[in-house]
Amino acid sequence: MAPADNDRVVSTLPEGLWSQPQPTGVPDFGSDAEEVQRLRLPASMRYRFTPGKAMTRYLEGLKEKKFLGERCPVTGDVYIPPRGMSPVVGLPTTEQVEVGPKGSIASFCVVHIGFGEKAPPTPFVSALVLLDGAAVSTYGTLLEVPIEDVRIGMRVEPVWVPDEELTYSAENVTHWRPIDEPDVAPETLKGHF
Amino acid sequence: MRDVAVVSVAQSTHRRRVDDLNEVEMIQPVIHQAMDQIGAKIADIGFTVSGSSDYLAGQAFSFVMTLDAVGAWPPISESHVEMDGAWALYEAWIKIQAGHADTALIYSYSKASPGDLPRVLSRQLDPYYYGPLWPDSIAMAGLQARQMLDAGKISEEEMAEIAFRNRQVALENPHAQIKGSASVDELLATERTFDPLHLHDCPPISDGGVCVVLAAGDRAREWAERPAWISGIDHRVDSHNFGARDLTEAPSIVKAERNAGLHVGDIDIAELHAPFTHQERIVAEALRLPEDTVINPSGGPLAANPMMAAGLIRIGEVATRIMDGSANRGVAHATSGHLLQQNLVCVLDGES
Repeated sequence: MAPADNDRVVSTLPEGLWSQPQPTGVPDFGSDAEEVQRLRLPASMRYRFTPGKAMTRYLEGLKEKKFLGERCPVTGDVYIPPRGMSPVVGLPTTEQVEVGPKGSIASFCVVHIGFGEKAPPTPFVSALVLLDGAAVSTYGTLLEVPIEDVRIGMRVEPVWVPDEELTYSAENVTHWRPIDEPDVAPETLKGHF
Repeated sequence: MRDVAVVSVAQSTHRRRVDDLNEVEMIQPVIHQAMDQIGAKIADIGFTVSGSSDYLAGQAFSFVMTLDAVGAWPPISESHVEMDGAWALYEAWIKIQAGHADTALIYSYSKASPGDLPRVLSRQLDPYYYGPLWPDSIAMAGLQARQMLDAGKISEEEMAEIAFRNRQVALENPHAQIKGSASVDELLATERTFDPLHLHDCPPISDGGVCVVLAAGDRAREWAERPAWISGIDHRVDSHNFGARDLTEAPSIVKAERNAGLHVGDIDIAELHAPFTHQERIVAEALRLPEDTVINPSGGPLAANPMMAAGLIRIGEVATRIMDGSANRGVAHATSGHLLQQNLVCVLDGES
């Protein structure tokens, strides 16, 4: 099936996988009427995002190349990125805890369809990284390693943008890469996705 | 029907801009206050439901994030409506009526300050005919006010009096955002910022939230000395095609009021979710409120109007007054969408 006159290519999907179905049973509006097949209605809105207390602390840490999680006052689990609450007990997290920067691959997948401007060339590995000391994993791209060598339990470290480009953003970490440390046992990662 | 009552209410102090907190940080103290007032834990709650809209703060899946405030572990029975929290309360009431729960936690909130609210609200309109024109919510309300004025159903002076009354009485409301008003003459001397609307005819833009706990039967009596029993509740919708409606009337309110059984008893107070002054007249007439009904003792949405919460706050304000014994029976109205398009009527009573 040939692609329709798409205005933009949003993915490198195999042909036909997410293509639009061909219209059937279109009513006959008469020979003079032009069939309306598309309505272009652009919409955009601007927001001034306010991250709140916990996320502000987290973003300030990232600018210093630090991963600042926050501890649940009841269970002791450290959440990162922190959102201000322990989701398990519904109470504010007030104690900041630096975690990482090293971590372990808690899960991964091999991406064949890249989305977005900053996606690496396909195929590449998307990974959940459990930072040392954290209770939940964070998401990142794993590079500098052959795909077939990636495994759960593998030890990794972040690769940061140059210091002069550091800002209040998770994009300070360009990607993750393996380090020469023994794997952790996959069982220890259970419940920490 | 099961006897179901409001047993606890808490709300934030509404502000024009909550810059220092994210949504979960803003609503968590409100949820916990409502629970702490009755000594309830999340394990005591059979059903949790919230009302909010991601469009307001531009925060995708914000309702999932705010669930962090509840402590949803072990997993809870939970739902969400992209509507005012009054409709979340309706869903909870149905759940309890169906016997699927005996208690419910309902909360709703918004941080509208990160966006351009009147413009954001235009996204509620149908996407093909009205939406592409980007009519903002104040312009839409202006069309309705013009019809009211032309039909002789209200005067500019009466609109100013409504603004004055609501904002003066808000002096007594610790949660209100706009407290006190210039005199009616002074209000009328101001320019018509959105002709025919003056600034005082419009609600403030508010960040804030509200939380309500419902309980059935003996559980309600256990949690509250004097529960505010829901004796009737109904919601109806008018056409989304504004050209097909007489904008000076709200037939959906008339229908909801009859189904909720408002006039089977006396009415002490009415909390009306009428964000614009002229809309208070439309709602009061549709509800057939007697002359002596106290309307909006809290100051109503003209004093604080957190989107998605202002309707549930109306229920909370009536319930609070029944629970503290200052009222016996009252009606709360909530609206959703532009120009009173969707309406909910909830009748609350001190007697079950």
